[in-house]
Amino acid sequence: MNINLTLIAQFVWFFAFVWFTSRFVWPPLMRAIDERQKKIADGLAAAEKGQMELVSAKDRVEDLINGAKRQSQDLVANAQKRADEMVEAAKSAAQTEGERQLAAARSSIEQEIQQAREELRGQVAALALVGAERILMREIDAAKHQEVLDKLSTQL
Amino acid sequence: MAAEHAEHALTPTSYISHHLSFMTHPIGNTPFMSVNVDSLVMSVLLGILGCGFMWLVVRGATAAVPGKRQAMVELAVEFVNEQVKSIFHGNISFIAPLALTVFVWVFLMNAMDFLPVDISAYIYEHVFGLEKWRQVPTADINTTFGLSIAVWVLMIFYSIKAKGLGGWFHELTCSPFGGHPVLWIPNFLFNLVEYISKPLSHSLRLYGNMYAGEIIFLLLGLWAATGLAGTFFGALLSTGWAIFHILIVALQAYIFMMLTIVYVAMAHESH
Repeated sequence: MNINLTLIAQFVWFFAFVWFTSRFVWPPLMRAIDERQKKIADGLAAAEKGQMELVSAKDRVEDLINGAKRQSQDLVANAQKRADEMVEAAKSAAQTEGERQLAAARSSIEQEIQQAREELRGQVAALALVGAERILMREIDAAKHQEVLDKLSTQL
Repeated sequence: MAAEHAEHALTPTSYISHHLSFMTHPIGNTPFMSVNVDSLVMSVLLGILGCGFMWLVVRGATAAVPGKRQAMVELAVEFVNEQVKSIFHGNISFIAPLALTVFVWVFLMNAMDFLPVDISAYIYEHVFGLEKWRQVPTADINTTFGLSIAVWVLMIFYSIKAKGLGGWFHELTCSPFGGHPVLWIPNFLFNLVEYISKPLSHSLRLYGNMYAGEIIFLLLGLWAATGLAGTFFGALLSTGWAIFHILIVALQAYIFMMLTIVYVAMAHESH
């Protein structure tokens, strides 16, 4: 264990290596590490922001869904109401139409009865005339007795 | 295991002292004027390996998802960064890379202790023609003192940088006991002890741990002298020690780094 020039040489080499490391190794690596740290921090912040946005988007979606639900319920209710109204209207229209047709049928029957009655009257008058002719055995002038016949027919 | 040394008179002493001999290359006439080529080459290779690996990874570093290698380097960098931030209050743009370099470099140098002593000695001798080659640079006191004195210089530099030259002298003479002129000498002596003990304990702690670890591997290697069964038993013990040594290697690198940060941080803060 004797001290010699090796000591001084090691002393010099020590500073050489330290200089090399402090010049070429440490700064670039520290830059890379710092840059990565910043990247990671940015990434974490972005992730957090994204998460918050997701939450607000979920809220918005829920609102939209609730609104849509309400709207569809309203629509269904309105449609129901409208259908009921239409059924009611159709019912009442059918009723009116039926009544109208009934009335029309009645009036036409009335007319026919009237007509039949007129016919019958005429026929009765003719029959009466024929009967009277047979009874009197002579011809009756229809024109002469028109007044009598009319009177008769009105009495039928 | 020790058979390759059979041509020498192989005794436990010669085996261990051979393993603990540096490849010392004299430059001048005095013992000081020489260089431990093995420590120097190994430490510089490991420094280039560690710094070069980090550099290669960092060159392809991306701020996007990191690959496994980048993640590994980032793990070490983040770990060092956390430690420095918690201890040193101020601009860490030099202290943090300093601590990282210390940690990686010392860790790699300590980790050379894991290479099996005799197999690597055989390779050094027969492949590279190096008869004496210590492969653990931190088991050389020159390396640990070189590092601790470098930290010591930085300590003084930061002390002066934070307080100014006058402030530093004031601290040397007026703390910890007080500013009374009678206390200047005791204060200075106290600080002197502190300034001497810091690099000493800093370097000797690392050196002692790694040197002791190496010696234990060598002592366990001596089991090979008792025969085949002893060789296997020694290998088993070496394995156990190597597993435990993983902890020491990492722990000593960590301690050396922490002390580096603490010393510089203490110097940087005014009293």
